[in-house]
Amino acid sequence: MKELFVILIGAMFIENFVLSKFLGICPFLGVSQKTSTALGMSGAVVFVMTLSSAATYLVNDLLLKPNDLEYLQTIAFILVIAALVQFVEIVLKKLVPPLYKALGIYLPLITTNCAVLGSALINVDPERNYSLLEAIFFGFSAGLGFTMALILFSGIRERLETCDIPESFKGMPIALIAASLVSVAFVGFAGLVIQ
Amino acid sequence: MAGKSKALTVLTNGLLKENPTLRLLLGMCPSLAVTTLAKNGIGMGIATTAVLICSNVVISLIRKIVPDKVRIPIYVTLIAGFVTIVEMLMKAYFPDLNKQLGIYIPLIVVNCIILARAEMFANKNGPLLSALDGLGMGLGFTGALFVIGSVREILGAGTWMGITLTADLFDPTTILILPPGGFLVMGCLIALVNKLSNRKKKTKIAEGAEGCAMGCPGCEKAS
Repeated sequence: MKELFVILIGAMFIENFVLSKFLGICPFLGVSQKTSTALGMSGAVVFVMTLSSAATYLVNDLLLKPNDLEYLQTIAFILVIAALVQFVEIVLKKLVPPLYKALGIYLPLITTNCAVLGSALINVDPERNYSLLEAIFFGFSAGLGFTMALILFSGIRERLETCDIPESFKGMPIALIAASLVSVAFVGFAGLVIQ
Repeated sequence: MAGKSKALTVLTNGLLKENPTLRLLLGMCPSLAVTTLAKNGIGMGIATTAVLICSNVVISLIRKIVPDKVRIPIYVTLIAGFVTIVEMLMKAYFPDLNKQLGIYIPLIVVNCIILARAEMFANKNGPLLSALDGLGMGLGFTGALFVIGSVREILGAGTWMGITLTADLFDPTTILILPPGGFLVMGCLIALVNKLSNRKKKTKIAEGAEGCAMGCPGCEKAS
C-alpha cells in the first residue's frame, strides 16, 4: 500500500508528466483553452493511460522479454496503443454511449500523445522494476497528474483571454510563459523525498 | 532550371518560413525537454532529421500502393521502425548522448513533425523532393533546438557547448535549465519570431497543420 502511495505522489507532483517531464505538451497547449474541453481530454488520457500501462506491460513481460526482443519495444508499444485506442473507441460506442460522447473526439488524438507512449516506456524501465500492479497504478497516477496540470492551466488561460498583452505575445507565447510560472510551482515539489 | 529552383524553395521552406518549431509549433515536447544543453539540442535534432528524411522518402515511394484508409497506421509503423534503427545506432556509437536524451529518443515516433510532413508533403510529392523537404524541416528543427539550447545553457549554466563562458560576468540563472526555463525561453523566442515576421509583413502565424492527427497548438483553430 505504501509503495502505491509513493508512486501516486511521485507521478502527480514530483515528476509531473507535463510540467517537469514535458510529455504531452501538445494536448496541454492545444486543448487547454476551455476547462470543459480540458476535462474531456484528461478523462480520455487517464482512461487510456491506465489501460495501455497494463497492455504494454503484459506485452513486454510475456512476449518481448522471453524472446529477447526488447529492442522492438517502441514499435510494439505504439501498435498496442493504437490498437487499444481503436478498441476502446468501439467498445465505448457500443456499451457506454454517454461516456463515448464525452470522450469521443479526444480518443483518436491520444494515439499520438507522447504521454501515453512515455508512461509505457517508463513502466518497463529496468531501473524502476515495477510489478504489473505498480505499472498500472503508475499509468493511472501519471494520468491524474496530467489532469491536474491541464485543469489548473485551463483556468489560467480562460483569464488570459481577456488580458491586454503585447501583439507579439498573443496566443502561444503568453501561454508558454504562463505554463512556465505554473511549472515554477512544481519545481518546489522536486525536493520532496518520500520513503 | 525551374526544377532546381523548386528544389531550393522546398529545402529552404523548413529553415525559416515554415520552421517547424518556431512557426508551425510542431514537436514541442522534445524542443522543451532536451534543450537544457546546446549539444543535446543538436543531437536530438540530428536524430529527428535522420528519421524524417528516411520516413519521407519511403512514404513518398509507397504513397501510390498504400490504401488511403490504413495509411496512418502504416506510416506510424514505418516511422517506429526508423526510430528503432536510430535508437540502436545511437546506443552503439553515442552512448552518453543516448543516456542524456533517454526516453525522448523513442518518443520521436510521436513527434508530430514527422507525421505532419508525411501527410502534408511526402504523401503528395516524389521521393527526391520529399527527401529535400525532410532535410530542410529537420535542419530547421535542429536549428531551433540549438538556439533554445544555447540560450538556456549560456544564461542558465554559464557554459556553451561545454565551454565556460561567463565565469565572472554574472551568476547563472539556474532556473533556466530547470523545466520552467524551457517554457519561458520557448515563449520568448516565439514572440520574437512573431515580432520579426510581423514587421516584415502582416501575416497570420502558424496555419493549422493539415492532416496532423493530434491536438497540436498549431491546429488550435481546427479544434
